[in-house]
Amino acid sequence: MTMVQDDLGDEAEEFPVRRIKFTINGRKKVAEIEPRLLLADLIRSGIGLTGTHRGCDTTNCGACTVLVDGRAIKSCTMLAVQVEGREVTTVEGLATASELHPIQEGFKQEHGLQCGFCTPGMMLAAKELLDRNPDPTEEDVRWAISGNLCRCTGYQNIVKSVLWAAEKLRAEG
Amino acid sequence: MFPSRFRYEAPHSLDEAIGLLHGGDYVKVLAGGQSLVPMMKLRFASPEMIVDINNLPGLGYHRTDPDGTLRIGALCRHADLERSDLLKASQPTMAAAAPLVADPLVRNRGTLVGSLCHADPQGDWASVMLALGGSVIAQGPGGRRAIPLAEFVTGPFQNVLEHDEIAVEAVVPAARGARSGGYLKLERRVGDFATVGVAVAIETSGGAVVRAGIALTGVGGSTIGATEAAQSLTGKPLTAESIAEAAELAAAAAQPRTDHRGTAEYKRQLVRVFVKRILAGGQGSAATATGDTSERAA
Repeated sequence: MTMVQDDLGDEAEEFPVRRIKFTINGRKKVAEIEPRLLLADLIRSGIGLTGTHRGCDTTNCGACTVLVDGRAIKSCTMLAVQVEGREVTTVEGLATASELHPIQEGFKQEHGLQCGFCTPGMMLAAKELLDRNPDPTEEDVRWAISGNLCRCTGYQNIVKSVLWAAEKLRAEG
Repeated sequence: MFPSRFRYEAPHSLDEAIGLLHGGDYVKVLAGGQSLVPMMKLRFASPEMIVDINNLPGLGYHRTDPDGTLRIGALCRHADLERSDLLKASQPTMAAAAPLVADPLVRNRGTLVGSLCHADPQGDWASVMLALGGSVIAQGPGGRRAIPLAEFVTGPFQNVLEHDEIAVEAVVPAARGARSGGYLKLERRVGDFATVGVAVAIETSGGAVVRAGIALTGVGGSTIGATEAAQSLTGKPLTAESIAEAAELAAAAAQPRTDHRGTAEYKRQLVRVFVKRILAGGQGSAATATGDTSERAA
């Protein structure tokens, strides 16, 4: 990956770039970054994984949700340097080369998206929920995605999609 | 949006972290970052240096001492508290508040201690800790000191920490009786600032209230301790009359302003209703409903 940065000249010593190592979707990466780079920008501009969306950029909408060490977080509100030694999962990490993840399949089966902008964040919030609680109630699902805004669906089909995925994952054991 | 340039340090020991606080005129400690990072992106805060404490070992705990004192480490996340069996069993006010802080994604990162330090008048934990008579433990080069919540926050976004101190722990003193109480909050949607929040913490022994705390979120320029309301409850059993009196005194202590979230009188009425609702619920009234405006008067 390539990140182009301002040449700070004499000031460069004052704001040293950091070299970080981390894992994203199972692949090990090394990056040299400015500490002020946000995780969302490392993922989108640095690595080129644009499935992580930037919506509000103010910690409200959840479109930039990714998993860091299994926990769903807003990547616009975490510094990229903080993933040093950690494992990041984005929506691109859900499917395998040949198969959709059951959560993705659920969104397809239950028509859980319209414009699709919130979908990656929804899926990762759902992933954290289902990893922790394989048999959630509808209320549990609604609670788990309450930090993710959707302006199209009215949430009904998103909730159905997650419940569909939960059932599929349980059946698969 | 992105923050101004800053130096970044991620120490691995508390002593090292405290030492780094001398590294500039404007150094900020980063824990969950769920308020600090947005403020830096908006350039409301442009610190020269960030001391990230997320790599400090052994600060993610919340536990009780043998005497019942509850201790919450600086890296204990809201989500840890939301899922805590310990709080569900022994801290009804905290257990009620934990799921109502921000949203699930923010709760995965944000910390209780960081929220107290941020000192936002709309912060839920400040009210809860004030109602419980809690304090913050600050550690600096000269050692540790305990600062009661009532003295810790001096105004909006202001606390009494010295520039070379880190808030390492929040403490809730052991109960003198059976705990009851709760936290109720009205918010327009999940993650919005509270229109009104009310924290009530009661300790009952021998049929009488031996300690009471009531604190209000979002109805003034800082978290409001409704001390007269709380005092009116102590030394006697909880009755419909004593509850009504406390609700009136709490409503009188509120300093709400009319804004896009509601009129001052509406917010005052919510304080009245929430105090009654929590007190009438008794032990374990961990109300989780938000956004329910159906009951305009109790």
